[in-house]
Amino acid sequence: MAAIRNEDENSNSSVMNRFVYSNRNLWSGILFGIGLVAFIDETVFHQLLRWHHFYDKSTTDVGLISDGLFHAFSWFATIGGLFMFADLRRRNAIWPTRWWGGLFLGAGSFQLYDGLIQHKLMRIHQIRYVENVIFYDLIWNILAALMILIGLSLIYRTRSRQQLGKALSHEH
Amino acid sequence: MNINTHIHHNHGTELHHIASIIPQLILALPFVFAFNMYILAAVRSSRNNRWPLYRTVLWSIGVLFAVIAVAGPLANLAHTDFIAHMLSHLLLGMLAPLLMVLAAPMTLLLKTLSISLARRLTRMLRSWPSRILTHPIIASLLNIGGLWLLYTTNLYSLMHENTLLYVIVHFHIFVAGYLFTVSIIYIDPMPHRFSFLYRSIVLIISLAGHGVLSKIIFAHPPTGVPWEQAKLGGMLMYYGGDAVDMMIIFILCLHWFRETRPRTGLIMR
Repeated sequence: MAAIRNEDENSNSSVMNRFVYSNRNLWSGILFGIGLVAFIDETVFHQLLRWHHFYDKSTTDVGLISDGLFHAFSWFATIGGLFMFADLRRRNAIWPTRWWGGLFLGAGSFQLYDGLIQHKLMRIHQIRYVENVIFYDLIWNILAALMILIGLSLIYRTRSRQQLGKALSHEH
Repeated sequence: MNINTHIHHNHGTELHHIASIIPQLILALPFVFAFNMYILAAVRSSRNNRWPLYRTVLWSIGVLFAVIAVAGPLANLAHTDFIAHMLSHLLLGMLAPLLMVLAAPMTLLLKTLSISLARRLTRMLRSWPSRILTHPIIASLLNIGGLWLLYTTNLYSLMHENTLLYVIVHFHIFVAGYLFTVSIIYIDPMPHRFSFLYRSIVLIISLAGHGVLSKIIFAHPPTGVPWEQAKLGGMLMYYGGDAVDMMIIFILCLHWFRETRPRTGLIMR
């Protein structure tokens, strides 16, 4: 504990703030992660590669609603997540590991939902209109699962207040 | 109005031309009037305390977009071309209202009016009809619900046959767009406020309703619209809506960011 007392005021309070705003770090990351994946989906797969179709005749009604809600939510989440990040910054409370954990969890979860539920179950559109789309699906969903695992492990590593002391000694 | 539709059925090109000009004038004149009033009020109120120039600029551009949407070449083309129709609707129902809301016309009006008139106006803003019309959910239903009615029933083709209906629909599109914007982002004084979370959720659901409708237009064109035009029009509605909504989301988040600034940080900066 002697080391803590020697810390300068700023970094000490920064580490304290991290714990106070631990949840906001997580949510900012999750929201931005969802927004980021949706943005890549839109620019790369819809616009640049043109693999995804704007509309697929086999889309179910619930698929149309789910796609609409997620599209709107991800649009909001991108901007909202970044404003939360700016808020953490001005409070000197950014916790990068936890934020990245949230980002991977949000990105992976949305990609897995998109890949399994929206593409396969609700059939809003396929990844690419080719014969062996199953390979594309496999890569898509395995990547999503990996992102979730990375996210969860980062969040687990930043989980509790008991690590306060440990985190403080890592600072220098 | 009856005379108008009567003329419309005549086949003389000159008469037809007049018939198409009258609804355009009816729709454009209120905007021209609003523009003049705003400039007049801005000049008058600047005598004591300068009214911000950027607000006047925003109002002018907003009015300009609204007029472009209802009168002139784009409005003429919109009768026969669905893509032009969609562009004019994005201007009239989304972009013009947003710019005009950002110009804070009610604040300017309250500044310019005499105290007793300003009090009466404030009382009006607090009244229950105004409370209902600027409720986020009601305003969203008026806005997005109106669009659903227009594009999923035969209202769209009826509107092009009946001048009165044409004027009402276009008037509604602007007013509903304005009320929706006012109900989500608070620029002017707002007596009955809703939390950021509440407004965010309503905004997301409205955005989703707008996106779903544009995909339905893409897949099932309104009566009388060729498929190719419906496809492009639907996509224009989808991405154009996203662009304007991005600005609304940004402003809403910015207001949250300002309102939640840490008060203890005063010593630091």
